[in-house]
Amino acid sequence: MAKKVALLQGNEACAYGALYAGCDFFGGYPITPSTEVAEVLAKELPKTGGKFIQMEDEIAAMASVLGAALTGSKALTASSGPGISLKQELIGYACIAEIPCVIVNVMRGGPSTGMPTGPSQSDIMQARWGTHGDHAAIAVAPASCQEIFSETVRAFNLAETYRMPVQVLLDEINGHMRERIELPEPGELEILNRQAPPVSPEQYLPFDPSFGDVPPLAAFGSEYRFHITGLNKAADGFPTTKARLVDAEERRQIRKVEANRDKIEKNEEYMVDDAEILIVAIGTISRSARHAVNELRKQGQKVGLFRPITLWPFPERRIAELAGQVKAIIVPEMNLGQMILEVERVTKGACDLHGIGRVDGEPISPSQIMDKVKEVC
Amino acid sequence: MAFDYDKYLRPGKLPHIWCPGCGHGIVFKGLLRAIDACELEKNRTAIVSGIGCASRLPGYVDFNTLHTAHGRAAAFATGIKMAQPDMNVLVVGGDGDGVAIGGNHFIHACRRNIDMTYVILNNFIYGMTGGQFSPCTPTGDKASTTPYGNPDPTFDISKLAIGAGATFVARTTAYHATQIDKLIAEGIRHKGMAIIEVLDDCPTTYGRRNKFRSVVDMMKRFKELAVPVAKAATMSKEELEGKIVTGILHREERPEYCEQYAEVVKRAQNL
Amino acid sequence: MNTPRLEIIEQYCKGCSICVEFCPTNVLEMDGFLVKAIRPDACIGCMQCELRCPDFAIRVHKD
Repeated sequence: MAKKVALLQGNEACAYGALYAGCDFFGGYPITPSTEVAEVLAKELPKTGGKFIQMEDEIAAMASVLGAALTGSKALTASSGPGISLKQELIGYACIAEIPCVIVNVMRGGPSTGMPTGPSQSDIMQARWGTHGDHAAIAVAPASCQEIFSETVRAFNLAETYRMPVQVLLDEINGHMRERIELPEPGELEILNRQAPPVSPEQYLPFDPSFGDVPPLAAFGSEYRFHITGLNKAADGFPTTKARLVDAEERRQIRKVEANRDKIEKNEEYMVDDAEILIVAIGTISRSARHAVNELRKQGQKVGLFRPITLWPFPERRIAELAGQVKAIIVPEMNLGQMILEVERVTKGACDLHGIGRVDGEPISPSQIMDKVKEVC
Repeated sequence: MAFDYDKYLRPGKLPHIWCPGCGHGIVFKGLLRAIDACELEKNRTAIVSGIGCASRLPGYVDFNTLHTAHGRAAAFATGIKMAQPDMNVLVVGGDGDGVAIGGNHFIHACRRNIDMTYVILNNFIYGMTGGQFSPCTPTGDKASTTPYGNPDPTFDISKLAIGAGATFVARTTAYHATQIDKLIAEGIRHKGMAIIEVLDDCPTTYGRRNKFRSVVDMMKRFKELAVPVAKAATMSKEELEGKIVTGILHREERPEYCEQYAEVVKRAQNL
Repeated sequence: MNTPRLEIIEQYCKGCSICVEFCPTNVLEMDGFLVKAIRPDACIGCMQCELRCPDFAIRVHKD
């Protein structure tokens, strides 16, 4: 049977991916360049009985998502730059209270209002460390419209599996560009749903470590009544300042991601086997990098591309391995040096490292990357 | 029969954290009597709060309870209610939490007329952080951050709620213990946004700084200043100066938000 | 009518004395930071103490 195809903008593909994943709640606030995600869901969610609400501000949008998620909804919000800055308060709440939800960040220039219609990848570190306090983070960074669809589905799966907020990082370019995408049939992509706790309500503790690092989350409104707070808490969900209990909870929340890196990480490697120069790039800029690799290969240069699709947790083991076999790594990114800090951290000087940064509202072009490769060689 | 509060309390959580004489406990008990009068089902009831002394209330009660971030209770509660319109959603919190940092969420929840009951415990001060002035601290009064007297004008929370579109607004004080549960129960039964403002005493961080000799003095002052809404209607503006008008201040019927959204769903599905 | 029975839960009482002040028949008195029913027979079951006790520390049983 012929695949159902559509010409979709990245932001639209994100919205349809969310619907495919079973998203039934969207709480948002208008902001360029993410608004199309909200617009599609305002139209589509009521058709399936889902809920769409435009809240009074970004913080409220995030709050509504968390409230809905606690009742069992698969909840989404979408924003950009300044809006994500505002949401950080409650992204932290989602981390400590372990509430599954998906946050789309269509990155634009900054800081502050910055360049609302200009592309950027300057929220790489914000996606990891934007909220205060120690916490784990999962963020995915798709490159094409097809991948925006499927990675949005995966983001919901990761959120439910690890009981935490997951960010989908787009940028103004892939959020707004249109591509032909094949719409997966129902059942074609895996969908993971939250399971009711396998214990009676009397035995249920919302952060019960006896289930491992990801305790099951019951739904408000079911017979499992429980307490959730943003304070450091014990396994029963109630606040505590007991050092041993706080420490155990904090470490478990970090460990649930660290111990499952293999299941969470997803990368693409392109012509890396014999590469002497490795380009590490995400999202839109990985497309420029792929083009550059193709052109340079034609010219006989041994260049490869490593593309983190899961940006956080950062694919540190694989990049460290590759650093041992190449002469140099080049990190082109639409910021003034964020991902390169991670690459530097994990390669520990095993190879030369060069960055290409751009913050003028223009993408990094293939020729810019090619020039850098030639300069390095 | 004495009222059986234990039915709603989580075992082993008392005594609560509030200071001796803090009126929050009085309002808390009124809330439980109101919930009982309305026969709210525990499984289908959520109690949501923000940050501050009053916001610790949900931890003590056996419902679906959510202690959120500072000021955000109404916004979290909106998400719960939208996702589960059949659930009973109550919000509790203080004046600083509700109308300073949470002011935007407060007025927009009122505007939407979403069906929830918000009990706001107005004790004129930020208690938990040690007595800084709030938007409800009377002008001229002392707080730790207004050592020379408060230069700020105040919010009238009930008027703010009415202006923002809440369809049930009532006010009472911690002295008027039996009125607390009656008004909250009325608010719960009301379809739409119900705001119940309870003027409350904070002897520890407000009373002491402002020449109240004891918590009893503060309670007696509430008794002296309270004017029932029917009597207030017969009084002049000058006579009402400095008084606390108590009772149901505003009630109207207006489409409720979740019902309005259900209409959106019907239109989207061409039903 | 039987005289109501006052139950004072001492571990909850924080000694604010609200109940003592609002009792119309002077049943209660402070003993340091703890309330005591010194004249329980005078209780008329008006509930003023229970209703205004912020700490769940007094219950009036009228059965």
